[in-house]
Amino acid sequence: MMFGITVNSWLQLGLYMCALTALAVPLGAFMARVLSGERHFLSPVLGPIERLMFALCGVRPDEESNWKGYALGVISFSLAGFLLLFVLLMTQAWGPLNPQGMANLTPDLAFNTAVSFVTNTNWQSYAGETTMSYFSQMVGLTVQNFVSAAVGIAVLAALIRGLSRQRDNMATDKVGNFWADMIRVNLNILLPLALIVTVALASQGVIQTFDAYATAKTLEGTDQVIALGPVASQEAIKMLGTNGGGFFNTNSAHPFENPTPLSNFIEMLSILIIPAALCFTFGRMVGDRKQGVAIFAAMTLVFVPFTVAAIGFEQSGNPHLVATGADTAANMEGKETRFGITNSAIWAAATTAASNGSVNAMHDSFTPLGGMVPMLLMKFGEVIYGGAGSGLYGMLVFVVLTVFIAGLMVGRTPEYLGKKIGAYEIKMASIAVLLPCAFVLIATAVALLTPWGQAGIYNPGAQGFSEVLYAVTSACNNNGSAFAGLSANTPFYNTLLGVCMLFGRFFVLLPVLAIAGSLAAKKTVPVSAGTLPTHTPLFIGILIGVIVLVGVLTYAPALALGPVVEHILMIKG
Amino acid sequence: MSLDSQIRPAVISLGLFTLLLGGAYPLASTALVGALFPNQSAGSLIRHGDTVIGSRLIGQNFTQPQYLWGRLSATGPAPYNAGASSGSNLGVNNPALLDASKARLDALNVSGPVPVNLMTASGSGLDPHISPAAAAIQVPRIAAARNLPEDRIRAAIAASTEDRTFGILGEARVNVLEVNLRLDGKFK
Repeated sequence: MMFGITVNSWLQLGLYMCALTALAVPLGAFMARVLSGERHFLSPVLGPIERLMFALCGVRPDEESNWKGYALGVISFSLAGFLLLFVLLMTQAWGPLNPQGMANLTPDLAFNTAVSFVTNTNWQSYAGETTMSYFSQMVGLTVQNFVSAAVGIAVLAALIRGLSRQRDNMATDKVGNFWADMIRVNLNILLPLALIVTVALASQGVIQTFDAYATAKTLEGTDQVIALGPVASQEAIKMLGTNGGGFFNTNSAHPFENPTPLSNFIEMLSILIIPAALCFTFGRMVGDRKQGVAIFAAMTLVFVPFTVAAIGFEQSGNPHLVATGADTAANMEGKETRFGITNSAIWAAATTAASNGSVNAMHDSFTPLGGMVPMLLMKFGEVIYGGAGSGLYGMLVFVVLTVFIAGLMVGRTPEYLGKKIGAYEIKMASIAVLLPCAFVLIATAVALLTPWGQAGIYNPGAQGFSEVLYAVTSACNNNGSAFAGLSANTPFYNTLLGVCMLFGRFFVLLPVLAIAGSLAAKKTVPVSAGTLPTHTPLFIGILIGVIVLVGVLTYAPALALGPVVEHILMIKG
Repeated sequence: MSLDSQIRPAVISLGLFTLLLGGAYPLASTALVGALFPNQSAGSLIRHGDTVIGSRLIGQNFTQPQYLWGRLSATGPAPYNAGASSGSNLGVNNPALLDASKARLDALNVSGPVPVNLMTASGSGLDPHISPAAAAIQVPRIAAARNLPEDRIRAAIAASTEDRTFGILGEARVNVLEVNLRLDGKFK
């Protein structure tokens, strides 16, 4: 043991963080080229496809719009995606590629699932292998896995332009062309990465087949149905696009989604790689790489201690197990042997720091404090790396708030990257930060006060409360992971959580675009002695303080009632 | 800028991406990995003669004394249902958690502490592995049931044991189905 966790745990975590950083820097540079519409090494192949799509869609990439036009693009594209997916899920029984004869989804489940995938949440009220046809998985869900992530990155690009425009003093309120951004991200970033990860995962044993489910004659003489499907292609983008909706019910704990420690390492890297790399993209696009490094540092400085804590809590484990006759208390309930405690805990932290929401272990069976780590990371608003694009734009909202608060403390005019932060930006930032918090608390109360909400609870006592709190937190922050004991496939939860997901997506996304538009129209003021530098350790420290304070202060009472009570009950024996 | 002007790009781009990302991408992936990794992409299935008898990656339910036993499985209606994966989702203080552990301890009937992974349910309910220590404590039972020397059992376990990848990643583990195939003389 070393500082609370084993030496091997430090090694695995260290290797993960090194590989993540080493890959994020060059990917960040590449994405900056794509988002700026510059040529890159894949352009000879993808350029013609991109131009063809622009032509067919009637998109002129140089024709930019203001933030309202950009938002209109986001909304109409999301609405079209929702309608297509909703209809597809409601009619899958009559569609092709349905060897198991899956039935049409109920309207409430189709609503919940369509919202879930369009908002990049991928909350799963359904169990994949007993609900979805192969056609629904690949033509419905896989497509939204790509495009919902691309929407997030596009909105981030608009915000970055808002922050960096006007250096040439030409008045503009334009933030970009949504259609050009969205199409470019899908084609040039997500598709090539997904192909690489698909092949890597398939080499480890992730399946990719259209065969009907197999039936094995087991050694003890029973029949074992083995669910199959085109998994690898969906798994790759599920991880890369911070989606997290598994092909199977148990997600990346299932050996066909995640068969080896190496596939696990690749998938964990895929969770954080794009959100982390976007920090470096940001630094390049605003012409000051130190700004990107500072944000990456702030995220990492929150992520690593929380991950170490999660590993430590799970290794300390459940004393009841030792009392029953186990050799250690290490909490292996709900965890896979090949991953062990360390990889299950790192995954739990990574998947909730990013708004991925996939799992390789069952969070409901984590120790109370081990399970509080993923809950808290979601409650920070999914800005510690966060979702593809949405993580960094959420983080930049916190940066705007921090600049404002720090400016008040030292009596300076708040400005960020040369843009003066005014009342309008602070109002929008407050909406983006506070509304999701309010949704979480209100929806939790609604669920707990109604018989339909109480009916879904599985574990008794404080853990049952945590199941509801976790579900609502996950939906409102577009994460998608669960304390999966909760029976969420009911009209009540499908509707409540569907609405939470919509609010959580658009009540952050739209204020962010408003900030982008407002900042784009502002002049860039030159750096002076009165400028608060935003790349220093001091600023990083204040930024972390603001994020943690907002999260902890908002949720301390709720967390005390759930995980903390459960923990006290556990150690009392 | 009106909503009307957004309908064309929304509908057409969604249609094109559905064809490209929902059709061409998974189909091309299937062709590519099917050619590169034909066995893995089809589910790492194990055959005895013409009959599929399992998958190397999917655990099976073992309760008979002559077989190595795996993790507890919380799938329904029976354990190790690979058509409906599931964890137990039991919280640390849920009495059902310890009831399951105690039932497993009674069935194992060994003296001394039992490796915790043998007393707990896996996340997928299909975990194909247990730890080397969890395999070792079962050797006397299997040897007695098969009337074989313990060294033979240990050799079968050792042959199906993998260490951490690169000595760092994951955990050391024993593939339960593989060991039992070896013991039955069906391993290829």
